[in-house]
Amino acid sequence: MKEMRFYGTALPGVEIEPYPGKLIVIEGTDGVGRSTHITLLRQWLESRGHAVLDTGMTRSFLAGRGIKEAKQGHTLGRLTMQLFYATDFADRLENEMLPALRAGFVVLTDRYIYSAIARAVVRGVDPQWIRSLYGIALVPDAIFYLRINSAEELGTRVLSSGGGFDFWESGMDLHLGEDFYDSFIAYQKRLLLEFDRMMSEYGFRVIDASRPVRRVSADLRRAVLRIVDGKSAPRESNTASATPSVVAFETPERGGSSASSAEENVRH
Amino acid sequence: MIPYGQHRFPGKLFVVEGTDGSGKSTQLMLLYQYLKAEGYPVFFSEWNSSLLVKDTTRRAKKRRLFTPSTFSLLHATDFADRTERDIIPPLKAGAIVLADRYIYTAFARDVARGCDREWVRHIYRFAIKPTVAFFFRAPLDVAIDRIVSGRPELKYYEAGLDMDWTDDAEESFTIFQGKILEEYDRMVDEFGLTMIDATRSIEMQQREMRRIVMSHLKEKAASAG
Repeated sequence: MKEMRFYGTALPGVEIEPYPGKLIVIEGTDGVGRSTHITLLRQWLESRGHAVLDTGMTRSFLAGRGIKEAKQGHTLGRLTMQLFYATDFADRLENEMLPALRAGFVVLTDRYIYSAIARAVVRGVDPQWIRSLYGIALVPDAIFYLRINSAEELGTRVLSSGGGFDFWESGMDLHLGEDFYDSFIAYQKRLLLEFDRMMSEYGFRVIDASRPVRRVSADLRRAVLRIVDGKSAPRESNTASATPSVVAFETPERGGSSASSAEENVRH
Repeated sequence: MIPYGQHRFPGKLFVVEGTDGSGKSTQLMLLYQYLKAEGYPVFFSEWNSSLLVKDTTRRAKKRRLFTPSTFSLLHATDFADRTERDIIPPLKAGAIVLADRYIYTAFARDVARGCDREWVRHIYRFAIKPTVAFFFRAPLDVAIDRIVSGRPELKYYEAGLDMDWTDDAEESFTIFQGKILEEYDRMVDEFGLTMIDATRSIEMQQREMRRIVMSHLKEKAASAG
């Protein structure tokens, strides 16, 4: 059982109690292979008898559809976008992640608050504002950052995945380049820089994702195994927010009132 | 991101706040008519009016999907869209923007629902500080009478039924509005809200409102005159 820790003030109505599950975050920019590795990890964990919930951005029941529709129009303002994503995050945290963690699941999340922070900061949003917004986030048990050295490599990966360049993944709203490719490179470079800045702040475990899938996957399995089997030493020192003095975040608040139990929050 | 209180625009922003049934929307509508008749460029912006967010809010209310934090965040999303689309551009253009409910509504409601006071305030830090924020203050029983007698049924979130204080809609609404009024009262000094006694006649309140608004438009009237 692990004590619940939040980066800032916990969500209202959330009972702060030790939980048996594990929250594992897979982070990284577009095209690093996050979803591939989540699929592989999930199958592997389930074969070992662990119950797994996987989740990711814009998958909330509440706001997922609305965000996708809003992105279609390309008229989403930068603050509106951050808040819409935060709504999606809060819904998934309260109604999916926390109940699953309380029930002993391994929660694998494709991106967490760090991608949201990076995207916001790259768009000129106040870094402290966006961090405070996500103060409601639970501090994960581990954050794996799938890192790739260059934006150019990301570009070829995105292309070979068959989808081509997406408007938002290319940061087209920022008008950084002549075309989708130039814009993608300029935008992803900025994102990579923001991720690097967050590595020590949040205690990312960096995994070199430029290597073949098999190698990356083996690294992930080894590290995840230590977490789910509880064989590793306490990660206190690796998680920046475990110390109350962490920059830009408030001290985690304890003993919030509880209005509803986890069961009531699970949607069937 | 320019923080609250530090924007400089040629336009003026007037907002009305108060509990349900305080008569604030009526007063704002009367002001709108007056300013238009006087020839001012006036732009009207309502709470909960973002087209981007509307479908999500409607669906969430209907299916009761909100928790206090997602209620707060989705309303902040709506407000951000209004700010980026409906408030900043007209203010830059030098127009008068009238807003029916503003960030103080969120502060009052979200805190009444248990959200952290500082967290909610921080979320809305991007908001433009109004030229004047009118707070129409009606005693709780007056406001509740106006609402309860005026509509067939109280809505789920409007009555605060999501908080499980009680199953009785009217009783829940009374508890909720009481908490909201308490929050408004503490914001009067914090944000310098201009209090209007909403128990007086509609005409008297409107006269006071126009007098205050016009005192802020004087330079404009002089240069246009």
